[in-house]
Parts: sequence; structure tokens; C-alpha cells
Amino acid sequence: MPTTRAAPDPATRPRPTAGRQSTWRDRLHRFDARYVPYLLIAPFFLLFFVFGLFPMVFNGVVALRHWRLDQPELTGWAGTENFRRLFTDGDFGNALYNTFGIFLLSTVPQLLLALVVASMLNRRLRAQTWWRVSALLPYITPITASTLVFNVFFARDHGMANWALGLVGIGAENPIDWRADKLHSWIAIATMVNWKWIGYNALLYLAAMQSIPRDVYEASALDGAGPWRQLWRITVPMIRPVVIFTVVLSTIGGLQLFTEPMLFDLNAQAATGGAGGEWQTVAQLIYKVGWKDLNLGYAAAMSWALFLVILVVAALNTLLTNRISGGRK
Amino acid sequence: MSLLQRRRAAVPAGGQGPATPSGGRRRAVLLGRAPQDTPAGIGTYLLLSVTALFAAFPLYWMFVIATSSDEATAQLPPVVIPGDRFLANLDEVFSMQDVYFAASLVNSVIVATVVTASVLFFCSLAGFAFAKLRFRGSRALMLFVVLTLTVPNQLGVVALYIVMGKLGWNGTLLAVIVPGMVTAFGVFYMRQFIVNTVPDELVESARIDGATTMRIYWSIALPAVRPALAVLGLLTFVATWNDFQWPLITLNGTDYPTSMVAISDLASGNYVIYRRVLAGAFVATVPLLIMLVVGGRQIVRGIMEGAVKS
Repeated sequence: MPTTRAAPDPATRPRPTAGRQSTWRDRLHRFDARYVPYLLIAPFFLLFFVFGLFPMVFNGVVALRHWRLDQPELTGWAGTENFRRLFTDGDFGNALYNTFGIFLLSTVPQLLLALVVASMLNRRLRAQTWWRVSALLPYITPITASTLVFNVFFARDHGMANWALGLVGIGAENPIDWRADKLHSWIAIATMVNWKWIGYNALLYLAAMQSIPRDVYEASALDGAGPWRQLWRITVPMIRPVVIFTVVLSTIGGLQLFTEPMLFDLNAQAATGGAGGEWQTVAQLIYKVGWKDLNLGYAAAMSWALFLVILVVAALNTLLTNRISGGRK
Repeated sequence: MSLLQRRRAAVPAGGQGPATPSGGRRRAVLLGRAPQDTPAGIGTYLLLSVTALFAAFPLYWMFVIATSSDEATAQLPPVVIPGDRFLANLDEVFSMQDVYFAASLVNSVIVATVVTASVLFFCSLAGFAFAKLRFRGSRALMLFVVLTLTVPNQLGVVALYIVMGKLGWNGTLLAVIVPGMVTAFGVFYMRQFIVNTVPDELVESARIDGATTMRIYWSIALPAVRPALAVLGLLTFVATWNDFQWPLITLNGTDYPTSMVAISDLASGNYVIYRRVLAGAFVATVPLLIMLVVGGRQIVRGIMEGAVKS
């Protein structure tokens, strides 16, 4: 008989009492109940540890060392040098500023418009599925492809944006150069981000809206709330958890913005974010420092800094959203 | 299948309204009606149409430019009708040196297919274990999976590149495939679905009949969660196909770009010819458009289910 510790495990209960020929079955059963679960989750954890968790931890080590791709002989601990450099690095400050600017211009309109689209989709509609699917067109479109279309749209000469603005008398004489200054480039990039994510967020809101109990609305009839007030006073507070979820999601995504600013550059792999870094984001700067300047140690430190910023902003935004979407009476 | 239908029937169906109002209470009931019971008016349809137009226009515009000549793309007011130069533009894309566009499409198909198949297999395995098997530490491990959902992938990119360098995988498709082979979201999603659709009694009775755990996974759990597999598969394929940052880091400048990296190659340099770039971009978008047409309903459901459960 095997001498393994026999814990009274209910899953192994159908245990044969005696008989030599059932011993192998006994063993199989025990193995099956006790170890197979770990075998089933092993591939996930193995791959995740090697290619997910380990790089994250190892990133901390790289950040504390000299690590350059062009000088492999330069090794050794750098201490906090890479981190201290962040505080005096004008490029990093500029990239943070740009990232926040674009983030604000994209998140706020994005989520508000998503709310409006969701409340329209929440009506009883003909061809319901069709409307929902069409809202996902931007979501499945590769950002590289859509950004390049928007590049044509925001061209200074012959661009559709300037043409349309010219029709209403804006910049007719002097067309806007969307890549010349911070505000315009931020608006252009934020437009792309908004386009991409409004439909997706609308579906998240819609799902939550449909799980609001109907009697909540019946009760609201007593104080005579119209559709608009209904949306703000009943629907939004009721779907608050999902609103917070989307705020956290778009904080994590928005602060790591990479593809749009990369390809908005007329030279898509320059990673400079404009001639004067007008729209260079932190993620873009990490790429430039790591793989153009070949300083992986400094890029790793910057990744950690970005991670901390994301944590803090996500926490702040959660508190803020909680206040706005339900705190008032 | 029937189990699933029952599950769905338990959720209030979209069109079912409260009792028909009558008499003096009519107005009050109308006011208190839930939005999903209120038929959409003309205004709603109009606004939704505008929204759908906004969503579709960039894609349409991409096709228009991809089929046009340089003169047509520079015209104002803009030309909004497709031209006849699509094949000519495409030909230029495919024959561009150092871009490897044709190969990049094949690479993208390989990467997205292998990653999707692997995510479906490994994540449903782990999801099944977390949903239906009892083992020491399962709760703590599941909590760990959920926590990793929130960690931004940006954090590990530099170190991942170094790891891949040690393995000698940088610049090969392995570098893009292997890290994508499992996702925390996949495990989480499959677990939720299996908890809800595979009855415990069925698992127990199969066990009494002598079925092994692997057999129960294969013959009971997997067939029951086919809809969830479709959803997860579509979402994974789209995300993998569209991934740009990591493929750019590890594959750029090699002979094995994915199509997204190849597109950024097309758009690099001192002078970018957009009709050419967008012809390439359009080709790389077509597989996803087909997915949306074929599996749009599933993708919508996957996103909406994910929202309510998390």
C-alpha cells in the first residue's frame, strides 16, 4: 500500500477497501484528485511566471543597473542613479505633461459620449444587434490603420479637418498645422482615441444599464423624472461600479498611450512625438530611450515611474468618479 | 445547449415590458417605464445613424484613399467615391523593398492563430480547474490571477526584451507568440462561464462512473462552454492581430515583421505616400472586418458579459 499521508479528502472517497487488483485504480484516483488540478493550472502559471511576472520583477533590477545595448561591457549597479535622473530630465517632464493632456482630452469626452450612446442603445430598438455591432467597428480596427487615416484627415494641406473647419470660417486663410503645437496635436490624437473607445465603453455601460431592476424606474415615475433626469439621477448612480471600471480601464490604457502618438508622427518610427516633442508620450519616450538611445536601464526606471503614476492616478480617479457619479443627492 | 438557453431565459428578455397601462395611471406608467421598454423615437434612430456613420467613416475613407491616385487624394472638396487604383496601389505595397508585406500577413495569421488556439486551450483548462475542482490553494491562486489583470503590461517590456535576448528569440515569431499564449483575462472569463454552465452534479456523476478529470474536462466541460470559447477566441484574435508595441520592439528591422509592424514601416521615412500605406492598412484590416461580420454578435456578447461579471 502507498504510504502517502492520507488526508480525509472527499474527492478521493470512493476508495476500494481491499483487493490487490484495485490498487492501481486507487493510486490513479488519488493522483487524479490530488495532483491533476495542479497540472491543469500549471501551463498558465508557468508561462505567466516566466513571461509576465518575472519580467516585471526583473525590470526593477534592470532599473538599478547600468544596462546599455550599445555598451555590453558596461555593467554593475547604478544604484538610484536612473531614478534620480528622472527628476531632472526635461524630456520625461514634457512627456508626462503631454500624456496627461491627451489623457484628459480623450477620457472625459469619451466616457460622456459613451454614456449617451449607451442610453440610446438601451431603448427598444429595431435591428438591435446591428446597432451594437456597428458601434464596435472602431474597436476591431487596428490602431495603426486608423491612425494613418486620421493622419490624412488632419493633414495641414488638403486635409479634410481643415477643409471642414474652413467651411465654417476657421483657419480659411491660414490652415491649422495640427503637428505644430501641443494643443492641436493633442486634440488630433485625442480624437483618434475617442473614436476608438466610445463604442466599446458604450457596450459596457449598456450591459450594466440592462441589469438595473425595472421597478427602480417605476418608482421614479412618482417624482416625475423625464428621460434626461432619469439618465443622470437613476441610471448613472445605478451603474456606478461599471463607470468606475471604465475609468480605471481608460486610465491604465490612456496613460500608456503609444500607437497613436507613434504613427501620428510623419515618420512613424521616429518616436520623437513631433519636432519639439509636442505630443511625445511617456510610453513613446520609454521606447525611444530603450531602443533608439539604447539605454535599457534608464528605460526600465521610467517604466517603474509610469507604473507608479498609473497606480496613483487610477486610485484618485476612482475616488473622484465615486463622488461624481453617486455622491450627490 | 439547452442549459445555456435556460440560463438566458432566466435573464429578463430585452423587449418584455410591464403590464400594459390603462386608464388614468397610463401617464404615470409611461413615465416610470424602464428605458429598455421604451420604443426608440425617430430622434434616437437619427442620432444612432450619425454615430454609426462616424464609426464607419474612417474605414470607408481608408478604402477610398487606398483606391485613389495621388491627385485624387489631394483634391478639395474631398473625393468620397472609391477610385480604380486599388490593385495598382497594392502592387506597389507588395513590391516595396525591406517591408516584407506579403510575408508579414502570413506572420500575422500564424501568430494570431497559434496564440488564439493556445489561449483557448490553456485558459479553459485552468478555468475548469478553478471552477470545478477542489484543491489546496485554489482560492489564493485565483485571487492572484484576478490581481494580475490590473497590472499594466508596460511595466515589464524592457525586461521581457532582455529575457528574449537570453533565449535568443528576439526577432523571431516565438518572441511574439509565447508571451501571448496565456492571459489572466482568459482564465478569469472561462472560470466564470464554467461555474455558471457546468452543473456540479454532472461532474460528480461522471466521476462516480469512473471518468478521469481530464476526461470530464474534455467531454463535459468543453462542449458546454463552446459559446464562451468562441467569444474568447474572437477577442484574443483581434487583440493579437492588432498588437503593435511589443512586436515593434522585438521584430522591427528583421525579416519577420507582423503586418502591424510592416504598416509602420510603410509609414516611415521622409516622404509617406498615403494611398500606398492605406492600401496596405486596408488589407491588414480586412480579416478583422470579416470577423466582425461573422462573429459580431459573439464579440458584443463577450464584451457585455465581461462588464456585468467583473
